[in-house]
Amino acid sequence: MFVVEAPRIARKAKPGQFVILRIDEKGERVPMTIADSDAERGAITLVVQEVGKTTVQMGTFQKGDRLLELVGPLGRPTHIAHFGRVVLVGGGIGTAPIFPIIRAMKEAGNFVIAIVGAKSKDYLFWEDKIAKFSDELLVTTDDGSYGTKGLVTDALRQVISREPRIDLVVAIGPVAMMKAVSETTKDPGIKTVVSLNPIMVDATGMCGGCRVTVGAKTKFACVDGPEFDGHLVDFDELMKRQRIYLEEEKLSLHKCRLRDVAT
Amino acid sequence: MPRQDPKVRVTNFDEVALGYAEELAVREAERCVQCKNSPCVEGCPVEIDIPGFIELVRRGDFLGAIAKIKEKNALPAICGRVCPQEDQCEKLCVLGKKFEPVAIGRLERFVADYEAANVEIRVPPRAAPTGKKVAVIGSGPAGLTLAADLAKLGHSVTIFEAFHKAGGVLVYGIPEFRLPKAIVQREVEFVLSLGVELRLNEVVGRTTTVDELFGEGYAALYVAIGAGLPYFMNIPGENHNGVYSANEFLTRCNLMKAYRFPEYDTPIKRGKRVAVVGGGNVAMDAARTALRLGAEHVYNIYRRSRQEMPARQEEVANAIEEGVDIRFLTNPVRILASDAGWVRAIESVRMQLGEPDESGRRRPVPIAGSEYTIDVDVVVMAIGNGANPLLPSATPGLETNKWGYIVADEETGKTSREGVYAGGDIVTGAATVILAMGAARKSARAIHAYLMQNGP
Repeated sequence: MFVVEAPRIARKAKPGQFVILRIDEKGERVPMTIADSDAERGAITLVVQEVGKTTVQMGTFQKGDRLLELVGPLGRPTHIAHFGRVVLVGGGIGTAPIFPIIRAMKEAGNFVIAIVGAKSKDYLFWEDKIAKFSDELLVTTDDGSYGTKGLVTDALRQVISREPRIDLVVAIGPVAMMKAVSETTKDPGIKTVVSLNPIMVDATGMCGGCRVTVGAKTKFACVDGPEFDGHLVDFDELMKRQRIYLEEEKLSLHKCRLRDVAT
Repeated sequence: MPRQDPKVRVTNFDEVALGYAEELAVREAERCVQCKNSPCVEGCPVEIDIPGFIELVRRGDFLGAIAKIKEKNALPAICGRVCPQEDQCEKLCVLGKKFEPVAIGRLERFVADYEAANVEIRVPPRAAPTGKKVAVIGSGPAGLTLAADLAKLGHSVTIFEAFHKAGGVLVYGIPEFRLPKAIVQREVEFVLSLGVELRLNEVVGRTTTVDELFGEGYAALYVAIGAGLPYFMNIPGENHNGVYSANEFLTRCNLMKAYRFPEYDTPIKRGKRVAVVGGGNVAMDAARTALRLGAEHVYNIYRRSRQEMPARQEEVANAIEEGVDIRFLTNPVRILASDAGWVRAIESVRMQLGEPDESGRRRPVPIAGSEYTIDVDVVVMAIGNGANPLLPSATPGLETNKWGYIVADEETGKTSREGVYAGGDIVTGAATVILAMGAARKSARAIHAYLMQNGP
């Protein structure tokens, strides 16, 4: 978890938005959702999972280190309103960006049911922060090491079956999870919003690398999204497009680790 | 003009034309007959005194020549390389009627490069500070030019750039082998030497807005954000893995230096067989970049014939020399993929030319049943760029036309909002560096008048 000094971004950041960061001159432009922001303090919080070269390098950062560039806030903010009863689902690293949405939905007067899930106890975080802003919190782990054993969709199905009415579901997490949530809410006909995470380069709408198919139309996740109606998103296409640079990513990470070993 | 051999230059990103030696430049300048009417000047969008600077070259006064050009053209090292002179000054040159026109573009490049090699950046005098703040949005040719002009007049100028490097299309779009980035950097540094503040990584429309900028005390704003929305054909298969917009392909390669992956982190799919769709300069840039990335075969698919291609003739010729396989009168119909979603072929239909359309060019019409398939693993869509709606949609009261371009007065760049001016591709649609620069110079005069009329 990184708290980054970024007064201009912190001042404008709203739930659902993200930043682009670069850690050095040869680095990639990497999108990261803003997990929290403090305008007074002039800081934003990023929660980072070490999956590739950039994030692995960030794992070695210490207090006082600097990011080379930080651009934001990008993307359209989450539409926050008084909907009624909302279920907000965070899967794995998706728990970070769902937190500010939970807080905002609560502050907008909604009855908030939060579902947070992770592989195991070690991957859970911010339970207390989330509990503070939820009327009800369900926690699941795949291996049962904490909370209820199962997936977030299991918990969601339970909630749907016992609640007479749910006005909105928002889900953020791995694509497979957001797809599963959308499938779960389709028959009951519950409006579902997901936050997509395609590969991005500029993130201001000029390259089209983040294009996704929503309702048979092509949209750019960076400027039209990143949130879209989960029942209209072509998740399979998104999953394919996320794999475009798998080989290159492995190569980069391998070289990065070799360098660490050498030094 | 000495040039790199095509077989050699497809392995590097160096310039094709190596530049004149001094004697060659002087000899070329001697060809100019200093004709009475100088139609060349009329052909120049910024009315450079062409016979004037050529005469100075002939006399060997190269620094005098560049000074003369700079009276009108703020970016001669760039324009000398990327201007479509064959459609502008050189087209009207009287020598061109019977012989080759005077190589005006080459001479401009020569004196600009001479100055860069021989003198330190000379900071021109600035007028006394006016105390007026101007915000320029976008650091491409229009933004840089306007910033320099207003800074010289004593105003306090800040440029807001969304990217992490300044230059706009000069740095992300035009490849190194057509426009070395060191030259762009030099121009940026010149602008900064005038006291202009450059704020990178600031997206106006997100990080801040036009209204907020006025709130911060900026008295006038110039919107020069370019035509940054990539067009797609919307044919089936366009979202398969391996299909790029030209913007993405070129940004990865030029701005993020993906051609040096893994030394640089940003990857790019190099493709063994690449199809680039489109007939403009961007398509030529993408095709020639694909060759330099190591493609074995690069196709360029264009729906009209060679005469109708909007790309610079010189760049089309360069592309053909380098081995780009241009398929004229051909239009893509769909992109085919493997089961895993990777591009494997592009299906196209042959075209024939019918009646002229609104642009005056003959409209291409498909020939039924003539579809054929080319096996490719990367496709680049270079069919044009439009207006990115991000800033206009965050700016109430800023009138745009049906295509999304900002409505602005042709002479001044004034928009529907008080104190907001606009110029370059965001007004005209994708065009040229020199047109953007010319528009910026006019707007600078108008903004200066506006700022001074409102009192201190």
